[in-house]
Amino acid sequence: MNLTLKIWRQKNAKDKGGLVDYKVNDVSPDMSFLEMLDVLNEDLINKDEEPVAFDHDCREGICGMCSLYINGEAHGPDRGVTTCQLHMRMFKDGDTIYIEPFRAAAFPVIKDLIVDRTSFDRIQHAGGFISVNTSGNTIDANAIPINKHDADTAFDAATCIGCGACVASCKNSSAMLFVSAKVSQFALLPQGKIEATDRVLNMVKQMDDEGFGNCTNTGACEVECPKGISLENIARMNREYLKASLKG
Amino acid sequence: MALDSKIPEGPIADKWTNYKNNINLVNPANKRNIDVIVVGTGLAGGSASATLAELGYNVKAFCFQDSPRRAHSIAAQGGINAAKNYQGDGDSTYRLFYDTVKGGDYRSREANVYRLAEVSANIIDQCVAQGVPFAREYGGYLDNRSFGGVLVSRTFYAAGQTGQQLLLGAYSAMNRQIGRGKIKMYNRHEMLDVVVVDGKARGIITRNLITGEIERHSAHAVVLGTGGYGNVFFLSTNAMGSNVTAAWKAHKRGAYFANPCYTQIHPTCIPVSGDHQSKLTLMSESLRNDGRIWVPKRKEDVEAIRSGKLKPKELKEEDRDYYLERRYPAFGNLVPRDVASRAAKERCDAGFGVNATGEAVFLDFASAIQRYGKEQALIHHLDVNDAALVKKLGQEVVKNKYGNLFQMYEKIVDQDPYNTPMMIYPAVHYTMGGIWVDYNLMTTVPGLYCIGEANFSDHGANRLGASALMQGLADGYFVLPYTIGDYLSNDIRTGPISTDSKEFEEAEKGVRDQINHLINNKGTHTVDHFHKKLGKIMWNKVGMARNVQGLTEAIKEIKELRAEFWKDVKVPGTNEEFNDELAKAGRVADYLELGELFAKDALHREESCGGHFREDAVELDGEQKGEAKRDDENFAYVAAWEYKGEPSDAVLHKEDLEFKDIELKQRSYK
Repeated sequence: MNLTLKIWRQKNAKDKGGLVDYKVNDVSPDMSFLEMLDVLNEDLINKDEEPVAFDHDCREGICGMCSLYINGEAHGPDRGVTTCQLHMRMFKDGDTIYIEPFRAAAFPVIKDLIVDRTSFDRIQHAGGFISVNTSGNTIDANAIPINKHDADTAFDAATCIGCGACVASCKNSSAMLFVSAKVSQFALLPQGKIEATDRVLNMVKQMDDEGFGNCTNTGACEVECPKGISLENIARMNREYLKASLKG
Repeated sequence: MALDSKIPEGPIADKWTNYKNNINLVNPANKRNIDVIVVGTGLAGGSASATLAELGYNVKAFCFQDSPRRAHSIAAQGGINAAKNYQGDGDSTYRLFYDTVKGGDYRSREANVYRLAEVSANIIDQCVAQGVPFAREYGGYLDNRSFGGVLVSRTFYAAGQTGQQLLLGAYSAMNRQIGRGKIKMYNRHEMLDVVVVDGKARGIITRNLITGEIERHSAHAVVLGTGGYGNVFFLSTNAMGSNVTAAWKAHKRGAYFANPCYTQIHPTCIPVSGDHQSKLTLMSESLRNDGRIWVPKRKEDVEAIRSGKLKPKELKEEDRDYYLERRYPAFGNLVPRDVASRAAKERCDAGFGVNATGEAVFLDFASAIQRYGKEQALIHHLDVNDAALVKKLGQEVVKNKYGNLFQMYEKIVDQDPYNTPMMIYPAVHYTMGGIWVDYNLMTTVPGLYCIGEANFSDHGANRLGASALMQGLADGYFVLPYTIGDYLSNDIRTGPISTDSKEFEEAEKGVRDQINHLINNKGTHTVDHFHKKLGKIMWNKVGMARNVQGLTEAIKEIKELRAEFWKDVKVPGTNEEFNDELAKAGRVADYLELGELFAKDALHREESCGGHFREDAVELDGEQKGEAKRDDENFAYVAAWEYKGEPSDAVLHKEDLEFKDIELKQRSYK
């Protein structure tokens, strides 16, 4: 199939940027979206034009490095996938596709479609851990039985890949789904309860300091999350936050 | 230089304990005066950074991704082995040690493997304490599953995302130390050289991938946890950015490169669909717990399936060839990866491949869905004869175990694996070879350490499933933090290492010269053009089956391709900006050297062992007819190559492998 791409080009963080039109021909429906961009880039380099910069690495939907806002949706029109898992069979011959970076004040553009998501890392530095040193002499792993339902729910929250689709999809650029996934994982496990108060207060404070917006419960984040992270996590974090604030 | 593996004296079970009791320690106040550079933030690098920082060292950690959480360990699916014996099925440290040495086809170092098995149980305790949500049974205790090449259930897992959960555990431990200021994190930085001062590794040169800035970083020791080099084949299950550059630069600075030809071709990957393909996707080995591998017995059925006239699930049971169960009754579908991959290739070469390209076999879950469905119906007092109900219940169990893998498959292939068997084919996955290290995990350059997949030490010629995660975390959490202390105890009075020395200057100049050359070359072909060509040579001539003629041709062709690359590569843009093509060009330049050494190593090793299969080294008769033939008399050694300019000039050093605790015998899974 043949496609028209309207791609956001921006030289660097200071540049204003804008959409540029490109044509790609003979796209196979079995190609992934990023493989289609590879073909475009190969073509651009051969024509002495500058290739389009985009983030990607594992290309199997788990590293969270790829982003892209495609036709107004984070990771494009398919559900439950990252951009690297999006296949061209989701599009039709003759389509025009808009490709933009994830946009948020806390995700400044580095170049073209690449944004800086280190604000996510800094939120994790503030409390996304259990304080246990490496000794090998902690108690035996089976000494703390954990209810399977709780363990499975903690796991579901822990599958967040930190891509930022939730922020890009939110009209307020809120990072609540991302932060609540980590808070929930630890809130559901006995190991995480000891530092629960500090964790939620510190992570939320850092989230606010980074300039992410407030949550108004639109639920767009859950819809666009490639890993199906549930809104229940936000409710759980709100409970944790209330508990912590009352204690504090 | 003679290779000294520095294996401690004494019985194998006591070596590590005795070693730890006798090494030099650095007192906590002195640790604050010592800097350590860790390159790579996967399971090995991430766990090492966190642990060294907890101990009090000043850690500088580097990764090329935008966050340490994105290192490719994140993509490991199936699980992590540990000799916990939670299932009471006869597991022990010795048995894990034995399985790993046998699985590696007797080409690994006994003492290292025993230590790995010994610390394996600590890893699980540590990860649970960090809040890693492993799969659990209804009683609340940890669940296990089986992997290839073993007869016990010792694999801990978190659905099909075990690597993700373990890496996020290590990442969280790093975050705690970053927050305390004990780790200084440099993301989007690529290491482009090691700096050796007075014979010791004292720093690295990096390129900031956003600004292009070339930076000097110094430390008292340098640790590489930079992963494997599977992308030398262009197509592999590795991430797009996975590369050999850090390890190769270390090799050029004096670190010997060991057994480069030991590469793991993983049997269960999604087959190649076309020339546009940029990477291959693994379907976890854990699927072989429940999936049965087969091809049709008759060629006419193969044709009918290829042309779509016959649906695979319609083919009668007696017309299917479950070739692994047929050839290896004791291990069946759970033979080790090298054996399973060769068996798939054998069937496909014989014309039984089930897709259009003839390079695919089936991995079928229908009988597992039946088995689980009936069990669930019994547990819940439902009608076991209701076929639709049983199927539904069975699918739910399978979804719970492998849901994310099935979803990945469906998205890529556009077929529903709950209702039709998966199609799979072997693909490059892991490299057992790597930088040579001694028992301390130190390379042949003093003060330069290498951990995880990047080193060569624990998996011999073939790695067993669920052992990579084990090794990465063992090295980073429990081995390196001890061994590096012994070395650093000599550096408590050294003081900060200056970056103004001529060694740093010379290294930086070398890096700049190479970048300038690439940028100014203005050739006619893109980096990917060369990378794909190299990949084709490697896959066709240095792939799953190797012979003298093919390897000799490969060496010549790679050399020519390398010359062409330097003459004709085209890198757009400048250094002083985000420039992915420039980063890729540097990596491919190194692959073009490694590839030749890889082929040279494969040519010199005139035996078949593990992932290295030579067509001229095969059992000719008896029960093992057609199986790989090892030659212990002549090749029971580690081949460690010393850099001498061109890969063809590399000098071979041998570390003889002694097997004192395990009897050397033919590996049989029959």
